[in-house]
Amino acid sequence: MATLRDIKKRIKAVQNTQKITKAMKMVSAAKLRKVQNRMLDLRPYADKMHDVLMSLAKGADRESHPLLAFRPRKTVEVVVVTSDRGLCGAFNTNILKAAQKTIDGYTKDGFHVSISTVGKKARDYFKRRGVAARNSWIGISGNVSFTNAQEIADDVKENFMNETIDEVVVVYNAFKSMVAQTVTVAQLLPLAPIEEGKEGAAPETADFIYEPSMEAIFDRLIPRNVDIQIYRALLESSAAEEAARMSAMENATKSCSEMVGKLTLQFNKARQASITGELMDIVGGVEALKG
Amino acid sequence: MAEKLKLDIVTPYGHVFTDDVDEIVAAGSEGEFGVLPDHVPFLTTLKIGMLTYKKGGQTGYFFVGGGYSEVGPDRVTILADSAERSDSIDVERAKAAMKRAEERLKQAEKFDQARATSALERAITRIHVAEKK
Repeated sequence: MATLRDIKKRIKAVQNTQKITKAMKMVSAAKLRKVQNRMLDLRPYADKMHDVLMSLAKGADRESHPLLAFRPRKTVEVVVVTSDRGLCGAFNTNILKAAQKTIDGYTKDGFHVSISTVGKKARDYFKRRGVAARNSWIGISGNVSFTNAQEIADDVKENFMNETIDEVVVVYNAFKSMVAQTVTVAQLLPLAPIEEGKEGAAPETADFIYEPSMEAIFDRLIPRNVDIQIYRALLESSAAEEAARMSAMENATKSCSEMVGKLTLQFNKARQASITGELMDIVGGVEALKG
Repeated sequence: MAEKLKLDIVTPYGHVFTDDVDEIVAAGSEGEFGVLPDHVPFLTTLKIGMLTYKKGGQTGYFFVGGGYSEVGPDRVTILADSAERSDSIDVERAKAAMKRAEERLKQAEKFDQARATSALERAITRIHVAEKK
């Protein structure tokens, strides 16, 4: 049986852990607020830009811009966005599982898959599996900036244009609410075709007047859209990460409280037992002396 | 027949403005253009400049730091790189930016001239729009 001192030590240790998890939760909450604001600010812009591009691409010739081109698919690039740091529950596991499934799916269909990773967790995962990533970025998830996004976007665009890769999909965690993240697999390039029968959103298929010209606008708009969509994925993932960490730490703090309660009960029982034992000894001693 | 135009101004830093208005004048890269309801679908790039809208008797002014504009029969969507309403422009900051840009233009070998030029243009336009109120 554990001695009183052992139990006391354990209680102390659990309480220390609780202090840390509580502090981490608070830090995550603060970080989340910051990145969440930026994400919410960007969302309408990213959505609108996507809408504009979609209504454009409908009428446009697919050959008119290299980033629009549908080529026969040979190599598919999968960009996996995870966090750099752990202690955020199933956040990274979920992403990596979905990424693996996507990759397996493409491999089964006979495509060659190349991988880019964002975040240490994805990098380590593929390294452990002996899969060489084409490119790895780390140190982004903590402080996402537009420059980071541009760097990734430029790399992807360049490789798409010189036909090293023929399709780009991004796998990331989208921020839904404080307690929910959804793993999202989004096609980035070439611009996803518009699904038939889903045209209700933009009924006017009428030809646009372009100024200065369609090519000039595509030249600027399409690359910019890639930047923005990647920026968005990074921000969403970052917000989702902090939210996931927050709830993970919340749970940890709760478990600590529970454990302290249980240990205290055990401690009191042990104390009671030892007191009873001592009393028995004293009473027994007195009886012996009387004899 | 559309009666009004739904004007939406969005930037990467947030939704700046949304309202139903009567008329819009904006600075396209090929020159200034005006939009009334029932305009033909029209897409243009925007240069650094001023956007004006009229609603009833009111007129509003915005600084727009380049971007795109999509025009439909009943809506105008401005995808701006940056945008501010005339009364929320920080004039002091714009003046400081103007000074800095002018300094940089003088030192042609040390700084990126294209960037300095557009920074100067932004600053001057901001100050100009801020005077409109």
